[in-house]
Amino acid sequence: MASKATIITDPDPLTGKLTWDSIPVHDPVILPVMICAILGGLFLFALITKMGKWRYLWEEWFTSVDHKKIGIMYVIAAIVMLVRGFADAIMMRTHQALATADSVGAGYLPPEHYDQIFTAHGVIMIFFVAMPLVVGLMNIVVPLQIGARDVAFPFLNSLSFWLFVVGALLVNISLFLGEFAATGWLAYPPLSGIEYSPWVGVDYWLWALQISGIGTLLTGVNFFVTIIRMRAPGMKLMQMPVFTWTSLCANVLIILSFPILTVTITLLTLDRYLGTNFFTNDLGGNQMMYVNLIWAWGHPEVYILILPAFGIFSEVAATFSRKRLFGYTSLVWATAVIMVLAMVVWLHHFFTMGAGSSVNAFFGIATMIIAVPTGVKIFNWLFTMYKGRVEFTASMWWTCSFLFTFTIGGMTGVMLAVPAADFVLHNSLFLIAHFHNVIIGGAVFGYFAGLTYWWPKATGWMLDEKLNKLSCALWTIGFFVAFMPLYILGFNGMTRRLNYYDNPEWTPLLIIAMIGAFIVAAGIAVQFYMGFISFKNRKQNMDVTGDPWNGRTLEWATSSPPPFYNFAKLPKIHDRDEHHYKKEHGLAYEKPEKYSKIHMPSNTWAGFVISAFSLTLGFGFVWHIWWMVIASFVGIVASWIAYSFDRNKDYYVPVDQVEEIESKHLAAVAEHAAKNGK
Amino acid sequence: MSNDHVIANDAHDHHDDHEHHDTGGDTIFGFWIYIMSDCILFATLFATYAVLSGGFAGGPTPKELFDLNLVAVGTAFLLFSSFTFGMAMLQANQRKMKGMITWLVITLLLGAGFLGLEMYEFWHFSTLGATPQTSGYWSAFYALVATHGLHVFGGIIWMLVLFVHFKRDGFSEDNLVRLSCLSLFWHFLDIIWICVFSVVYLVGVM
Repeated sequence: MASKATIITDPDPLTGKLTWDSIPVHDPVILPVMICAILGGLFLFALITKMGKWRYLWEEWFTSVDHKKIGIMYVIAAIVMLVRGFADAIMMRTHQALATADSVGAGYLPPEHYDQIFTAHGVIMIFFVAMPLVVGLMNIVVPLQIGARDVAFPFLNSLSFWLFVVGALLVNISLFLGEFAATGWLAYPPLSGIEYSPWVGVDYWLWALQISGIGTLLTGVNFFVTIIRMRAPGMKLMQMPVFTWTSLCANVLIILSFPILTVTITLLTLDRYLGTNFFTNDLGGNQMMYVNLIWAWGHPEVYILILPAFGIFSEVAATFSRKRLFGYTSLVWATAVIMVLAMVVWLHHFFTMGAGSSVNAFFGIATMIIAVPTGVKIFNWLFTMYKGRVEFTASMWWTCSFLFTFTIGGMTGVMLAVPAADFVLHNSLFLIAHFHNVIIGGAVFGYFAGLTYWWPKATGWMLDEKLNKLSCALWTIGFFVAFMPLYILGFNGMTRRLNYYDNPEWTPLLIIAMIGAFIVAAGIAVQFYMGFISFKNRKQNMDVTGDPWNGRTLEWATSSPPPFYNFAKLPKIHDRDEHHYKKEHGLAYEKPEKYSKIHMPSNTWAGFVISAFSLTLGFGFVWHIWWMVIASFVGIVASWIAYSFDRNKDYYVPVDQVEEIESKHLAAVAEHAAKNGK
Repeated sequence: MSNDHVIANDAHDHHDDHEHHDTGGDTIFGFWIYIMSDCILFATLFATYAVLSGGFAGGPTPKELFDLNLVAVGTAFLLFSSFTFGMAMLQANQRKMKGMITWLVITLLLGAGFLGLEMYEFWHFSTLGATPQTSGYWSAFYALVATHGLHVFGGIIWMLVLFVHFKRDGFSEDNLVRLSCLSLFWHFLDIIWICVFSVVYLVGVM
C-alpha cells in the first residue's frame, strides 16, 4: 500500500499527487479484484453497446425524474455495494480467525490493508447500503402511499441519487487508485489529520461523504415537503400510513443532522488541505469537538436508518395479520418521541472521553428512555399479530425474526447506556455485537421485509417466497452464530479492530463467528438466486391486480408497476387504511366518470451532469489536481444555471393516453376477479 | 407577508386543472426548510467558534485586531440591503420591472460593498499575523465569517442570474418564485450576520 515513496508532498500541476505508483498492482488481494472489476466493467459496457441500450438507459433511467425508477436505481446500487461491504466483512472474520500471534504478521492481511477494510466496511454499509435502501424504499413507496404523482422536487430527487452514486464511486475508485482511509468509519482526528494520514485515504473518505451527504440533505428537504404538502385530498396527518410517518420523522432528522456532518467534514477538510487548527493537537485545536460533532450527526443517523424500518414492519404486520394496526396513535407518537430523543443522546458514544459524571448521567438516562417508546412499538406489532389471522409470508418471516433479534440488541443497548458499564464495554467487541444486533436485526431485516413486500409493486412480478424464507433463516442463524461469540469476546476483553491478538483462547470463538459470516454469505447467495429465479419465472408470477397481498394502504390501489403518473385521479381519502376501506365498501377499481390531462415533470439531464462534475471535483480534490477542481466547480455552477433556463421542465399527459393505460389495468383487474370467482 | 402575496397574485393565472397542485408554494416552503437546515449549519459553526474561542495559542486575540468602525459600516451595508430588497419586492408586487431592477441593483452593490469590506478585513488581519492557520480561534473565526460571506457571494451570483431570467420571461410565475426565494435567502443572511456581529465582534472586543 502507501509506501513512503508514493506519498507526494509536491503535487504535479497536471496530475497532482497521482502517479503510476498510486495503482496498487503489487497487492495480492487487490490485484485480482481490480482485474475482475475492469473486465466486468468492460463486459458490461460491451454488452450494453451490443444490445444498443445506451439510449434507452439514458432516456428511461439516467435522466428519469420518476420517483419509482429512482427508487429502483437506489436499491440496485445498494445491492451492489452490499456485496462489496460484505466482502470486507468476510475478509475481517477470516483474518481474525487466523490472526493469533505474538506479534504483527499473523493472518493474511497486513495492518494498513486490514485497517482500510474495517473502515471501508463501516462506511459502505452505513452510507452506501443502508442509506440507499432507506431512501430507495422511501422513493418507491411514499408518494404512492400519500396519493401523489411525484415528489415535490423531481429534479433534486434525481440530483440526490446521482450525488449518492458519486460518493459510492469515489469509495470504489479508492480501491484501485491510492488507498482508502485507515481510520475507522468516523475518521477521528488526530489520526485522520494530515500528520498521521498523509496520503489520500482520508481525502477519499471526506469527499465521498461530503458529496453523498449533500445529496441526502436534499432528499430530506424533498421528502419533507412532499409529505407535508402533497398528500391526497382529505388525508390528515393522522391518516398517513405508518411508513410515511416514520419516513417523515427520518427526514426531519436528516434536515437537522446532515448540516452538522457537512460542517464537520468541511472543518476536517480545512485542517487537512489548508492547515487550519480545528482538530489539531496544538495551536488551540480541539479533537474532542470533532468527536462531539460527528456523533451529533451520527446518532440521529442511526435513527434515520431504523425508523423507516419500523414503518415497514408496521405495514407488514398489519397486512399479514389481516387487522388494523394496533395502537396507530401510540406508534406515531413513539416515533415522534424517538425522533426528538435521537438528537439528545449523542454523548453515549464516548462516555469514556471524560465529560464528567453529571453529563454522562444525563446522556445515559436519555438513552435509556429511548427504550420506552421503542418498547411501545414492539408491543404494537405483537398486539397487531395477537388474535390476527397471521399469514406467514416471507416479509412476515423477516418481521418475526426482527422482533426476536432486535429485542436482544435493544437490551444490550440499555446495558451500554449505563456509563459505569460502558467504561468496561466501550470499544470492545461487545459494542460491535450490539450495533450489528440492532442494525442487522433491526434495520436490514426491515429493508428485506420491505423489499419483499413492495417488490411486486415496483417491478410487477413477485419474489419467490420459499427461497426468500430460506434466506431469512440463513441470515438469522448466521447472524446469531456470527455475533453472539462477539458478545462473549467483548466481555472477555477483546477490543475492536484488532489486526492480531496474543490470546489463543479467543480463537475458537472467532472461528465460530467466521462460520456465522459464511452462513450469512449463503443467505445472500440465496437472495441472488431468488432474484434470478423470480425474474426468470416472472411470467408465471405476475402481479396482475396491483394488490398481491390484499394490502390496506393506498400504494396497492394502483397497478404494479404503477403508471408513471401513479394515479389517474387523485384519490379522496376516507380512512387511514384507504385501500382496505375502498375494498370493504365496494369502491375500489371504479372507473371515474372522466379522466383529465395530467401535469408531470419532464426528465432532465441536469442531475446526471451536475453529479458527473461533482465526481471530477471530488477526484480532483483527493489528488490535489487543481485545474480539475476549478473546471469541475465551474461545470457544476454553469450546469445548474443552464438548467434553470430550461423551458422544458414539465408537460401534460393527454387524456387519451391516460384512458388507454387505465382501461387496460381495469380490464386486467376484472379478468383476474372473474377468474378467481369473486 | 410580501412573499405569499406575490404567489397569491399569480397562482390562478394559467391552470384550469383542479389537480394541478401549487408547485410555486411547494418551492417556497421547501426553500424555508432548506433555510432551516442552513440555520443548523451556522449553528454548528457558532458552536465551533464558541468551543475554540479561547484557543489563541499565544497568537493575536480579537480584542487586539477588531475594528468595530469598519464592521459597523459593513453591517450597515448589509442591513440596508435587506431594506432595499424589500423595496424591490414591493415593486415586483406592482409588476414594475424598472423599479424592481433598480432596487435589486442597489441591493447587489450594497452586498458587494459588504463583501469588499470583509475581504479587506481578512487581508488586514492576515498582515497582522492572524491567518486561518494561526490558531484554533482564528480557524473558527474565518470559517464562520467566510461561510456567511460565501453565502452572500452566492446570493449575488443568484441575483445576476435572476436578472437574465427576468429579462427573458418578465414577471412569470417561476421568476416570482425565484425572487421570493432569493428574498428569503437575503433576509436570512442578514439575521445570521446580526448573530455574527453580536457573538463574534461585540463579544470579541469585550
